[in-house]
Amino acid sequence: MHNFDFVKPSSIAEAAKLLGQDGAQPLSGGQTLMPTMKQRLAAPSVLVSLTGIDEMKGVCMGDGGLHVGAATAHAVVAKDAAKHYPALAALAGGIGDPAVRSRGTIGGSIANNDPSACYPAGVLGSGSTVVTNKRKIAADDYFQGMFTTALEEGEFVTGVTFPIPAKAAYVKFNQPASRFALTGVFVAKFKSGVRVAVTGASNNGVFRWAEGEAALSKSFSADAVKGLAVDDSDMISDLHGTAAYRANLVRVLTGRAVTAAG
Amino acid sequence: MTKVSMTVNGKAVSGEVEGRTLLSAFLREGLGLTGTHVGCDTSQCGACVVHVDGKPVKSCTIFALDVAGAQVKTIEGMANPDGSLGVLQQAFQDHHGLQCGFCTPGMVMSSAALLVENPKPTEAEVRHYLEGNICRCTGYHNIVKAVLSASGQTVAAE
Repeated sequence: MHNFDFVKPSSIAEAAKLLGQDGAQPLSGGQTLMPTMKQRLAAPSVLVSLTGIDEMKGVCMGDGGLHVGAATAHAVVAKDAAKHYPALAALAGGIGDPAVRSRGTIGGSIANNDPSACYPAGVLGSGSTVVTNKRKIAADDYFQGMFTTALEEGEFVTGVTFPIPAKAAYVKFNQPASRFALTGVFVAKFKSGVRVAVTGASNNGVFRWAEGEAALSKSFSADAVKGLAVDDSDMISDLHGTAAYRANLVRVLTGRAVTAAG
Repeated sequence: MTKVSMTVNGKAVSGEVEGRTLLSAFLREGLGLTGTHVGCDTSQCGACVVHVDGKPVKSCTIFALDVAGAQVKTIEGMANPDGSLGVLQQAFQDHHGLQCGFCTPGMVMSSAALLVENPKPTEAEVRHYLEGNICRCTGYHNIVKAVLSASGQTVAAE
């Protein structure tokens, strides 16, 4: 990998200043960025580590639901969010493997917005609010396609606020080699309706399955989505599964998630 | 080059590193602690797992400078103070939990982290926890037996 200057600020303000420099890039847990840099697909001249910022760490209940600091590791969310939002904790506890969960963070995951990552489904499916050093962004506006987000130059995620649904569950079909989701579905039932967010399936990254949401808002049961067709025209097709296979997974996993949510 | 200091296996250490120096490289090349193995260098195989502040991490996927000031434990820190094998290491030997031995440092460090979190894991929990550690020799069977045995549980003889 190309060399760079490494800096580790201890406050959001300091990090924002450092990230204002040309060629600067934020580093969170590094579980994606570091392999990317090893392949020389990324070559920042300054790497600003965000994992030394205490105000970006931890899980707490507050206005608007559960707030998770962006630099909170998956293992910490899996443990500390369990009593507040079990579906989210379970999602975090199923990412990668234990060593990856010690380092990988929610902020890093959703800033990267890998089309097969688990967190984007949880964040979009919950109708969360993404908090950055500059503003608050509704999840519906934040995710803008594969590896693309609403984040602007010099902007970084500082936390995510999750409204707590009445019922929720995340079910993923593991790609066993990478432990990413071949397809994963997050279902959340709110008073106002049901949200269904799908990762791993679309060429445009995480998305909401509108037909599934409509059917489940009428009747929250696995049977409600059984007969629905899923449009596979923009689905990922690779050696692990065709577009049609993934489209089928969307329906099947949605049903399983509804059952798991109870 | 920047100076980095940390505690490795209870000893204060420091060295000069670049921004891009991985913790695995600092341990192996900087400190001569070559027990930590680098298998894939892409965070897939788990041979390089060490503990940072008590948590298992892949040392090939963390920068040495990001660990400044931390408590690091490697396979070299797993033996008893008199140099004899620690409980987990002895269990790997007793149950033939290794053949070529390349993955073993990572297996032992991940297993040690599991036993801290969950002192009496079931067989399924051991297998699940070790999913990020790849062994190409043993088929995992004897590794799982070793971990169960090290946790004080009875393991059926062959």
